[in-house]
Amino acid sequence: MTPGPGTRPDPDTLLHALKKEEERATKGKLKIFFGMCAGVGKTYDMLKSAHEAHGKDIDVVVGIVETHKRPETEALVAGLPIISRKKTEYKGTALEEMDLDAIISRKPQLVLVDELAHTNAPGSRHTKRYQDVLELLDNGMDVYTTLNVQHLESHADSVAQITGATVRETVPDSILEQADEVEVIDIPPDELLKRLAEGRVYTPERSQQAIQNFFQKGNLTALREMSLRLTAERVDHQLRDYMQTKRIAGPWKSSVRLLVGISSSPHSVSLIRWARRMAYTMDATWIAVYVETSRALSDSAKAQLAKNIKLARELGAEIITTADEDVADALVRVARQQNATQILVGKPHRIFSLRKSLLDQVIERSGELDVYAVGGEEKAAARRIIHFPTIHSGLAQYAMAAGIVCLVALACYPVHAIVGYQTISLILLLTVALLPLKLGAGPVLLSAALSALLWDYFFIPPQFTLSVNMAQDILMLVTYFAIATVTGTLTARIRAREKAVRSREERATALYTLTRDLSIAPNQDEVAKAAITNIKKFFGAEVAVFLSDQDGDVFTQAHPTSTFTVDEKEFGVAAWVYWNEKKAGKFTETLPFATATYYPMSGPRYPLGVIGVKPELENRFTVDQEVLLENFVRQIASTLEREQLNEMTKRSIASVEAERLYKTLFNSLSHELRTPIAAIVSASEGLLDTATSGNDKVKQDLNLEIHTAAERLNRLVENLLDMTRLESDRIKPNLDWCDLRDVVSTAVRKLSGELSGHSVTVEIPTDMPLVKLDFGLMEQAFTNLLHNASLYTPPGSKIQVAAQANNHQCMITISDNGPGFPKDALPRIFEKFYRVPGTKAGGTGLGLSIARGFVEAHNGTIRAENNEEGGARFVITLPIHNGSQKDMQH
Amino acid sequence: MSNLPIVLVIDDEVQIRRLLQINLEAAGYKVHLASSGKEGLQQASMVRPEVVILDLGLPDEDGIDVLKKIREWTAIPVLILSVRSSEQDIVRALDAGADDYLTKPFRSGELLARVRTALRHRQLTEQGESFVTGSLSVDLAARIVKRNDEIVKLTPTEYSLLSLFVRNAGKVLTHRYILEQVWGPTFAEESQYTRVYIGQLRKKLEDDPSNPRLFLTESGIGYRLEIEE
Repeated sequence: MTPGPGTRPDPDTLLHALKKEEERATKGKLKIFFGMCAGVGKTYDMLKSAHEAHGKDIDVVVGIVETHKRPETEALVAGLPIISRKKTEYKGTALEEMDLDAIISRKPQLVLVDELAHTNAPGSRHTKRYQDVLELLDNGMDVYTTLNVQHLESHADSVAQITGATVRETVPDSILEQADEVEVIDIPPDELLKRLAEGRVYTPERSQQAIQNFFQKGNLTALREMSLRLTAERVDHQLRDYMQTKRIAGPWKSSVRLLVGISSSPHSVSLIRWARRMAYTMDATWIAVYVETSRALSDSAKAQLAKNIKLARELGAEIITTADEDVADALVRVARQQNATQILVGKPHRIFSLRKSLLDQVIERSGELDVYAVGGEEKAAARRIIHFPTIHSGLAQYAMAAGIVCLVALACYPVHAIVGYQTISLILLLTVALLPLKLGAGPVLLSAALSALLWDYFFIPPQFTLSVNMAQDILMLVTYFAIATVTGTLTARIRAREKAVRSREERATALYTLTRDLSIAPNQDEVAKAAITNIKKFFGAEVAVFLSDQDGDVFTQAHPTSTFTVDEKEFGVAAWVYWNEKKAGKFTETLPFATATYYPMSGPRYPLGVIGVKPELENRFTVDQEVLLENFVRQIASTLEREQLNEMTKRSIASVEAERLYKTLFNSLSHELRTPIAAIVSASEGLLDTATSGNDKVKQDLNLEIHTAAERLNRLVENLLDMTRLESDRIKPNLDWCDLRDVVSTAVRKLSGELSGHSVTVEIPTDMPLVKLDFGLMEQAFTNLLHNASLYTPPGSKIQVAAQANNHQCMITISDNGPGFPKDALPRIFEKFYRVPGTKAGGTGLGLSIARGFVEAHNGTIRAENNEEGGARFVITLPIHNGSQKDMQH
Repeated sequence: MSNLPIVLVIDDEVQIRRLLQINLEAAGYKVHLASSGKEGLQQASMVRPEVVILDLGLPDEDGIDVLKKIREWTAIPVLILSVRSSEQDIVRALDAGADDYLTKPFRSGELLARVRTALRHRQLTEQGESFVTGSLSVDLAARIVKRNDEIVKLTPTEYSLLSLFVRNAGKVLTHRYILEQVWGPTFAEESQYTRVYIGQLRKKLEDDPSNPRLFLTESGIGYRLEIEE
């Protein structure tokens, strides 16, 4: 075997192996006691191992063990804790099954489950016991179980061939592959026969029967070989897996890929099993392809097809459905697309047939691909030679066909003498040719035959007899009949194909509509709504949607837009699907008594939710409907994932923004605090130093430094405190009558030092009414604005404060004739910590933000703009409520 | 007075106490310190200060409770120390009997002026001369008001207001106090009256009504008639 490119395992394989290892860590371990048939001692050995474990203080319970009244086995069961079986009733019979829920709630370390291939009684959660075991493993419990080789799916028909007894209960081979340990219980056939004779396997009466039928030495030897070979193959696989994970150079997974075509015929079953065995032996992956033609399937055929596909899936195939009239063509096409190296086709059953068998067609077209012809059982269903498009027609259609033909014949009768009987045939032929536009194939054939007969009886001389005299008439009659049949059949077939194409188109439209609706849904609720609307529309089903919440926790109820009410039982099914991420409900193998089928929506980190679908007509969906529905579910899941990722991104952006703000604040504050502190420290140190303290001028300067720096720090602290009050929304303006002039003049007076280098004029009319404001807050706002003006204008600039009022609001403007605001700074000027780039240090960028906060606390507005004549301007508007003005007149 | 006036400082912060001591002693006062309400009350009764400087933010007792306790047995002037944004606390304290207030950080000039005012207040009521501040002179006995030596006509209400200020010159007066004293207790909430009438007084008595230097607004608290030397 040539290794792939390079000698390194490809990342996918390694990832797969790693994932398996991870899964293994949390799941329970499965040990299978494997034997060739009943009586070899599997249960006995299992119990002995269990006792060993029990002796080592491992918590072991007996889930279910069948002792078959064998004394030695019964003795061993006695010593271990047993979980009582669940008793159910079905059709008057009392049945007992393993109590799965009791075991799960008990949470032992190890559970003993006998007879893995058992089918559970109706009403149990799962239809098969091996599914119960899988659930136990998922819940972290280890399991010991027993299995015979005849119960393996891939070997079931071989065993049937050898022993003549059909196998009814099977488990998929994946269970064996998944098992952590497989212990073969092997005894020579002679030994087994001796045991049988001693009555240690079955009771003496049954032994005789058993020996005759099943327990023949030839059989036993063959079975023994099968089971030993299986075990050897498994060891081989394990070795290869081991080598892969340890990156030991060696033959890697072969690049062989098998493709097998499956159909609705029962013959596919053996073909599938054969493909599985071959794939396992060649260590290859395999694909099962179903080619959908325009040929409609009967209900039983549909059911068989579903079974076949399920079987193939269980055995590990990748399922591909495709549509094509030419099956061979489709198989080869898919094989090439999927890079399959071999195609498996069943051998034809009839040696003589009118057309080339599928096998021949495939061989013809296979080109470089290998084709394997696989024989099957002789008793496969016969294939029809002629393709009859079977659109089922009711009795009404037959009646209509007959009726129309008769009517036309009747209409022609009066004129037949004039036009001649040959022309009549053309008219009738036309009728038959047009009938398939409305009627099915059966009625069309009927009409062909009927019209031929009518023509013969009524029109061909001698009239009113069926006999035909002239040779040419015979020829015409025969030809007529042939043409009628062929035309009718062809037209019917065209109609059928047209129908198929239309339905495929509908499917594509359905998927498109769903995708479109999902892509515009702005949030999770809308996604749910879109999902429900589309599923309802295209499948005619009632839908319930369950969404897990933001943190991935399980849902507590169905989404309100769901169209059917979910009772407690159904909710339980939905919850099960959520936890196990597997399909369950009606028409499935798990919890089949539910009224709807529940599909899991899986996300990358945790399950996104569950969709429950209840078909209106109580029929199962066809294969292609099922495929489409699963596509739908996948789309919806991926949209939900998108929504969640959006949420995460939003939150992450918000936190990035917060982080940025924090950094800006920190840097700014850090600088603003340190600078004046540095000045104070150094100046005061200078004053303490006796050398400098002698000089009065120096002392005075240093004192001034300290004073200035201290004032600056004070202003900074006040600003920060104001900012904090604003941020925590604790600003409640204490509204009271105020004289605006008073407020402005107080602010101006407070800033007399900073404003000393500027000329400040206040223009407020004397008849300015009183306004209800919070004096302190507005005074601080004006202070900040004036301070800002003084900082950013050169000394000697003019600052003007003006105010005016009308009935609704009063407006205060603070303007200067300095350089004004830079254009790009204007929109951001009120932002916290924003400082116009390039300005000298000395402010935190909080003053304007605080001014705005205080103004807005009054329900006022503030804006900054540049004067037309140059310079900056702040405009504050404050609302005046009715009756809140008081004139100054008395 | 040959004795230095005694000032009692009640504040829990050692730095504030130190600073006040330095400033006051430099200005010629004798300073006693207390670091808690309880200690302050003890000292007040023992030392018999002429002015108390009381911090509102004491840890062991609410400053206002201490003030009330002092007011139970003496009318000595009390100055309260507070922070800028707690105007409502200051108003409460003033209404509870404090005479004036200072916000931290305070200017030493302001501190000394307030202390002086607090002490002078007692003298003024004793004497009854003409009160002069800046360009304003008021003779309470004769009811004559002059600005730059020109007589100014005031309405009765305006005069009541002015005389209230003169009698409390240099001290802060809350809105409520002014309203109760001039208009009566039922007008205690009608602050528009004070605003309007102060405006009138400023128009008539200030050199530049838009930049008042005599009738000063203490934002959120009330008004003060400044004593200009």
